Amino acid sequence: MNFNETAVVRSPEAVFATNKLIRNTYTLLSMTLIFSAVMALVSMTIQVGPMAHLLSSVGAIALLWLVLPRTANSASGIGVVFAITGLLGFGLGPMLNHYMALSNGPQLIATAAGGTGVIFLALSGYALTTRKDFSFMGGFLMTGMIVVIVAMIANMFLAIPALSLAMSAAIVMIMSGFILYDTSRMVNDPHANYLMMTVSLFLSILNLFVSLLHLLGALSNND
Amino acid sequence: MGGFSWLNIGWALLLGAMLVMVWPRARTMMKEGRKGSAAEWKAALIPLLLVIGFVVLLILSV
Repeated sequence: MNFNETAVVRSPEAVFATNKLIRNTYTLLSMTLIFSAVMALVSMTIQVGPMAHLLSSVGAIALLWLVLPRTANSASGIGVVFAITGLLGFGLGPMLNHYMALSNGPQLIATAAGGTGVIFLALSGYALTTRKDFSFMGGFLMTGMIVVIVAMIANMFLAIPALSLAMSAAIVMIMSGFILYDTSRMVNDPHANYLMMTVSLFLSILNLFVSLLHLLGALSNND
Repeated sequence: MGGFSWLNIGWALLLGAMLVMVWPRARTMMKEGRKGSAAEWKAALIPLLLVIGFVVLLILSV
């Protein structure tokens, strides 16, 4: 056995704290995913335009960067988490309506949602059962994310379909890496905050779903 | 969808702001982050390769 890698002696208090963090994170994550799906349905029903997607994303990112760090250790942080995830879910409406208008749209959305669920559960299960520390991936994942953001800004104006697909494929890989990274943080970082972990995992799931849907929509056999 | 529409300019500004906000944390993580061993990278890359295989299967299924 490699003692450096796996055999870490943990006190019962530390194990209890870790289990509580995992339970709280997954409970809140489940609730925010349901809330976000309801908000997406609302925005699909009232048929908001693409500008609503941009504005709700601006609102969610403002809350994420400016409000959540200040409220993450208080009860009001839970409301901020629901506001962020609700806005992000609401912003999905125009994109989902676009796919629903395709002949195989409902199948694409269901496949992307199911695929996202399978990837998330498999990677989380892997990180939780092996209890490996994936903190070494942080720099690599952040570099990948910055490269993707720069490419996205460039492609806003270049509009190269192949580059758009390559970015979606890269985002699927980066978000999968972030799921491993964040889940291992829950197990190995005693200072991890469950509100921050919830939002981080939610963002990984959301980006994974959107990118998977984009890939499936572009590469499926039907038009 | 490309070009200089107000929507694209808005998205570009938002992504630019994200870049500015993420950069300091990314720089710290890149400079001071723990370096993984070959075995650790292997343990991370195997599930990620399985994800690629799964996504290819999903694409073929639709």
